[in-house]
Amino acid sequence: MFGLPLRLKFCMFVKIMPLRIFSRNVNWRKRIAAMSISKSQVNSPRASTLELFKVFLPIGAFTFGGGYAMIPLIRRAIVEKCRWMEDGEFVDTMAIAQSAPGPMAVNMAAITGYKLAGIGGAVSSVVAVASPSFVSIVIIASIFLGVQNNPIVRAAMSGMRPAIVVLMAGAVFDVGKSVISSKVALVLATAAFVGLIVAHIHPIIVILLAGAAGFFIESAKKMKEEDKNGE
Amino acid sequence: MQLLQLFISFFKIGLFSFGGGYAMLPLIQREIVSLHDWLTMDQFIDVVAISQVTPGPVGINAATFVGYKVAGFAGSSIATTGAVLPSVVVVLILTRLFLKYRDLGPVKAMFDGIRPVVVSLILAATVMIIPSSITDMAGVLIAIAAFLLIRHLRLDPILLLVLAAVAGIIIYR
Repeated sequence: MFGLPLRLKFCMFVKIMPLRIFSRNVNWRKRIAAMSISKSQVNSPRASTLELFKVFLPIGAFTFGGGYAMIPLIRRAIVEKCRWMEDGEFVDTMAIAQSAPGPMAVNMAAITGYKLAGIGGAVSSVVAVASPSFVSIVIIASIFLGVQNNPIVRAAMSGMRPAIVVLMAGAVFDVGKSVISSKVALVLATAAFVGLIVAHIHPIIVILLAGAAGFFIESAKKMKEEDKNGE
Repeated sequence: MQLLQLFISFFKIGLFSFGGGYAMLPLIQREIVSLHDWLTMDQFIDVVAISQVTPGPVGINAATFVGYKVAGFAGSSIATTGAVLPSVVVVLILTRLFLKYRDLGPVKAMFDGIRPVVVSLILAATVMIIPSSITDMAGVLIAIAAFLLIRHLRLDPILLLVLAAVAGIIIYR
């Protein structure tokens, strides 16, 4: 993905991420122009750890739910308000954030913090992004554990459960639509599902096998192409 | 000792939570509910519900909550740190590699394999919580209503859960 021409990179991105907001806001011509400016700025520290903390704290506080919801917020803060990055660099940051484990918001914070102020910046940004939810949950958990057997609370939880199943199934469907785009992907997904439900294989093992499979499939593809070109 | 195990468990979970969003949940389910028995499936579903309606990424919220349930404030700190640390480390390594070599081709290949599988993981987790979540006709009705609200009204997940909670109070109390 990273060696491809810019335009293809950007288009692939829009396809991979179910985020139409992004394609509306970023003109790829502007992005190419931005790339040439951002390259010279990429390695110089441009913000203090305190600034990073102050920027990422509200981002951590005001997003509910999943990581993708945070991206417009992060983009507004980093690209528009603080002008720490241009869109081109931002898109690359997102690519790296998606290529690593863990929540998008944390990864984005870490990368941005690191680029702007080294390891200290990364730590500061991550702590800032994680603190609001950490504090909220600790408070809510302590209350919840006290009231969890209250009949009203139990009733509310019983009502929420079917909704959670539907939400998760919805996520599966939405992500599955865009991600399972080839026969290979379908085979992998089905094999994984069977392995998980029937053979009770540990999810981590499934992920490791999937990564290895992806790697080998790519190598096999390359060898096939080389053979073809050889003829 | 339990704190150390908590850290190790969440470190493993954090290290393999690819795909964002709900990706951490199947791993938490396997490690915390099935393996270590620190939570029952019912308690796990409660955690998921609350993690959804509170600010912040679902994965981190769930880690904090589980940690708190298992070992109080210390537990929540350890669990959250364990969950966040591996992704920060990996991300920083990738950033340096990217800045240096501008080519993460092998990483991309791995991901083409992992991405479809994450979908299966979440689907499997969803299937596994169904027996504990939809236990009677009322549950089925709520599920159908939820489906329609999301599909046709594009209702916000949090609003949906609040409505579901209210419905639960009305139906089950």
